[in-house]
Parts: sequence; C-alpha cells; structure tokens
Amino acid sequence: MILEAIHIILPILIVIASIYAVLLKDLIAAAIAVSAMSLMLSLEFYILQAPDVAIAEAGIGACLTTAILIIAIKATKRMEDET
Amino acid sequence: MSEMSKIVRTISSISFPLIIIYGLYIISHGHLTPGGGFQGGAVVASGCAMILVAYGSIWTIGKMKEKNLSLLESIGAICFILLAIFGLGFGAVFFNNFLVGSDFLFGTIPSAGSTIANINTGGVIPLMNFAVGIKVIAGLFAIVLVMAHASSTREGKK
Repeated sequence: MILEAIHIILPILIVIASIYAVLLKDLIAAAIAVSAMSLMLSLEFYILQAPDVAIAEAGIGACLTTAILIIAIKATKRMEDET
Repeated sequence: MSEMSKIVRTISSISFPLIIIYGLYIISHGHLTPGGGFQGGAVVASGCAMILVAYGSIWTIGKMKEKNLSLLESIGAICFILLAIFGLGFGAVFFNNFLVGSDFLFGTIPSAGSTIANINTGGVIPLMNFAVGIKVIAGLFAIVLVMAHASSTREGKK
C-alpha cells in the first residue's frame, strides 16, 4: 500500500522539480533543482528493483553534474538575463 | 574556486574517509552485490569533488597534479586490456577467465553455490573491476579538477 503511494508521489515530485529547473531565473537554484530531480529519480530506480542504476544515478547525476554546473556558473554570471 | 569556511572544511574532512571506504567497498564487492567498477569509481570521485569544493582548487592541485591523474587513467585502461590479452595467452580466447579454479587469487569455486559471503570467487572479474574503478576515479576527478582550476585562474587574471 505504501509502495504504491510512493510510486504515485515520486513521479509528481520529479515533474515539479523539472518545471522549477526550467522556470527559475537564479541559475544556482536551477542547478539545485536538477540535483533534487536526479536524487528522486535514483530513489525511483531503487524502488523499481534496479539498485545498480540507482548507485550510478546518485553518483553521477546528483553529485558530479551539480559540481560541474556550479563551477561553470561561478565562472560566469549567476542570474539569467531578461530577454 | 577559493576555499570555504572552517566548518565546511572540518565536516568534509570527517566524512571524506567514510565516502572513500564506501566506494572502495562497492568496487571490491562488485561481483557479489549491486555495483561494480563504474559505480564505485563515481562514488569515490564524488568524495574527491567534495574535498575540491571545500578546500579550493589551488590547494587540491598542489596535492594532486592533473598529469598524475592522466597517468592513473592510462594505467587503468592498460591493466584492463592486459588482463584480456592474458586470457588470450593462458586460455583460448580473448577475455578468457583463466584464474577461476586455480586456487590462486579470487580463484576458488564454492562447493555449494556462490553466496554473498564468498569474496574469494569470480576469477579475473574483480581485477577488471579494480582496473575500471581506477580509470573512472581518475577520469571523473580530472574533469572536475581541471574545470575548477581553469575557472579560478581566469578569475585571478581579471
């Protein structure tokens, strides 16, 4: 019962985090939203009985991609331009 | 990137050995539990990236040169290919598992089927996991280190 509830709640949270990553003007906040989306995606992989993919997703997606994005944002401007 | 505050540096110094040991556990138990060379290498490279963010790229590139990381990555690839060619030499085909059944290193065959406790099994597969782990640690950490160092030197010139 609780597993089905998690199966319904987690994809909704993934979609919400992805929409925030697109809409936010602060680029560091957008990078954190991408990281949160990746962390919930790895939890979903673990629930779907794929712990191998979950470890790779948590290492690459939630940690290293966020580090590279934040280093790149610190070398450029933080806020997105209004066009 | 410059170094962060003393609280961040202390906490990352405490949690760095735990992350490294967890990643090495994933690599060395790759033939028994989920995970393997790539996943464990990604975990260890994440711990090294945490140290890089906490201590700054100038300090980190003084401890670990980018040239040494490139050398380590090449050593991993050469070990992987050499193990495969040893399979061609000792056995019949490329990637032949020549260590299994030899009672030497990772070579025993359990009598009642392999369980999670039989670490000393698998033949040549754990050695290939170690080779892939070394290559992935060096490769992923070299990307983050070079990018942080390049951005920090560009900040210094302005």
